[in-house]
Amino acid sequence: MDLTWSDAEEAFRAEAREWLQANVPESPLPSGDTREGFALHLEWERRLFDARWAVVSWPEQYGGRDATLWEWLIFEEEYYRAGAPQRVTQNGIFLLAPTVFEFGTQEQKDRILPRMAAAEDLWCQGWSEPNAGSDLAAITSRADRVDGGWRLNGQKTWTTRGAFCNWLFGLFRSDAGSERHRGLTYLLVPLEADGVTVRGFGRLDGDEGFAEVFFEDVWVPDENVLGGVDDGWNVAMATTSSERGLTLRSPGRFVATTDRLLELYRSGGDPAPSPARLHGRGLRDRVVRAWIDAEAYRLFTLQAVTAAVEGRPPGAEASLNKLWWSEMDVRLHETALDLLGPDAEREGAWSKGWQFALSGPIYAGTNEIQRNIAAERILGLPRR
Amino acid sequence: MHFGFTDDELLLRDAVRALFERECPPDVVRAAWDAESLDRRVWDALAQMGVPGVLVAEASGGLGLDELSLVLLLEESGRAALPHPMVETAAVAAPLLGAGLGARLVATDLGGVLVPCAGDADLLLLRAPDGLRAFERAAVTVVPEPTVDRARRAGLVQCRPEDGTLVTGDEGAIDLAFDRGALGTAAQLVGLAQRMLELTVAYAKERRQFGVPIGSFQAVKHRLADALLQVEFARPAVHRAAWSVAHDVADRARDVSMAKAMASDAALHVAGAALQCHGAIGYTVEYDLHLWMKRAWALARAWGDGGWHRDRVGRAIGV
Repeated sequence: MDLTWSDAEEAFRAEAREWLQANVPESPLPSGDTREGFALHLEWERRLFDARWAVVSWPEQYGGRDATLWEWLIFEEEYYRAGAPQRVTQNGIFLLAPTVFEFGTQEQKDRILPRMAAAEDLWCQGWSEPNAGSDLAAITSRADRVDGGWRLNGQKTWTTRGAFCNWLFGLFRSDAGSERHRGLTYLLVPLEADGVTVRGFGRLDGDEGFAEVFFEDVWVPDENVLGGVDDGWNVAMATTSSERGLTLRSPGRFVATTDRLLELYRSGGDPAPSPARLHGRGLRDRVVRAWIDAEAYRLFTLQAVTAAVEGRPPGAEASLNKLWWSEMDVRLHETALDLLGPDAEREGAWSKGWQFALSGPIYAGTNEIQRNIAAERILGLPRR
Repeated sequence: MHFGFTDDELLLRDAVRALFERECPPDVVRAAWDAESLDRRVWDALAQMGVPGVLVAEASGGLGLDELSLVLLLEESGRAALPHPMVETAAVAAPLLGAGLGARLVATDLGGVLVPCAGDADLLLLRAPDGLRAFERAAVTVVPEPTVDRARRAGLVQCRPEDGTLVTGDEGAIDLAFDRGALGTAAQLVGLAQRMLELTVAYAKERRQFGVPIGSFQAVKHRLADALLQVEFARPAVHRAAWSVAHDVADRARDVSMAKAMASDAALHVAGAALQCHGAIGYTVEYDLHLWMKRAWALARAWGDGGWHRDRVGRAIGV
């Protein structure tokens, strides 16, 4: 075991820190899950790309730096430490890109990845449907074979930032007679295509962060099939472990939130209950627990990255990641709100963060599903 | 950066695991509950392998390894619910006393007033006004105490400081000895939790109700998934703390306390899930689960409980 960074890694950290210090907007941007905020976030994404910080772990030919997983972790730590904007491109670069790298043809890589990195194409995920949520294999949106491509019909929903994106990656039933996870195909769909209707709607926190997407005889060419026809389930599973695992939610994010929580605690202490402040004691222990939780997630990630570097990528363990970070995020925001006491009712960063944290145990596969996966695939408990 | 173990470290762990499987089955733990004196066969086998001297320099007859090896071996002793005072001897005493410990057993009150194996130890390391003193067994009076886990064989120790010899008066050395004890106990708690989880998973696969294994019910699955989560996140905290002690980093106390707090909470959590998922059979003394569960209850609060250690973490991080 060696828990120190090499000189090269420290130099990488210093370079990232310096650039972020000079470039992160001084006042926070409006939420990237609103139309106005999304546009401002795109400007930021392009600035990141121009300085080659948008996709550090990708090969240089696609706009990255060929950074190691360790350097990627360092970049993320610095990114969140600097209070840099949310990544509105995340669903492309963290969820679709790993699948393109694994299953895409050379032509697809060249066509898709550079534009994704430069935030010229903005990708949203089209998996969930009104009747296929936790039960993802219940997908009914169809892709029918036509000359040179596919004709799509159906509906996707809960599509994050769908109203602001121009491409969707999704699963469609390509074998009409198939059931469950067989007979699905992973397709890349331009949202500007004829027959696509996107309707944005409000999330719990009030932002128009969700969309439902309707497909009515939408034509997609063969070149937009990712991986094998009817093999979409296997292709898609490659992104689920990215989504649940370390790439979507790196420890840096939670370490930074916890640092803000410690600041909040230090600025107000653990006030005694009083008629004016109607909250209780015991908050210090919860603040320490929050710090421990975030630090434990960092250590778990170091262990997972070590395994990945040694050629043992995460499998079902990604479900444990997801359970930990999503439930930790709720607890640490809850602790912040309790520190704020009655002021927690005001709109503000903690209140907004709390409402967003509440979505964590639901998206990327509900935590009930993650617990099933952990119990069945890690512990080996019987499915039925 | 490398968060993992060397092949040699893992090979030694595997050898010790095999030794415990052979020499320390549940019957040995059970026998320690009521035995007049502690059966030393397991301990002698460990001493043959040099395990008590894991932290002692090779030049002094030890294995010359560090706390990373130590926690792997102590995790195995937790899995086995070993009754012998391995934390007290290998983690706490051996680095202070160095050569010549051989197969002797050491007890100490550094982890709390209830001293495990107080009556069985050959040597006792006890707090005195001027530091830490070593006493021969015959130089102290041991009053056995009825405790929940009788395999811990705990007792109260009375002594006159002048009957012992001063081992160290350096508070820094005593703090380090305490941190090694807390770290070692955290490792044992992870091992205990792991074993309770395995026992419960095996039972849930086998036990049938309503015509199916109870492990197929989501209520049981989710409870055991939560137990797994606690163990899998406590373990890296213990491993990191071992590294921090081995390299004497500035955050050593913070890291040890984080590890002990997480391991204590995890073991108590898993014990609760294990008992509930077993149902009535877990609530008997004929079934083995209680041997591990009661050890977990004791160790979770020995060497500082979760709240005590979180307080220490809080001071280290400035809250």
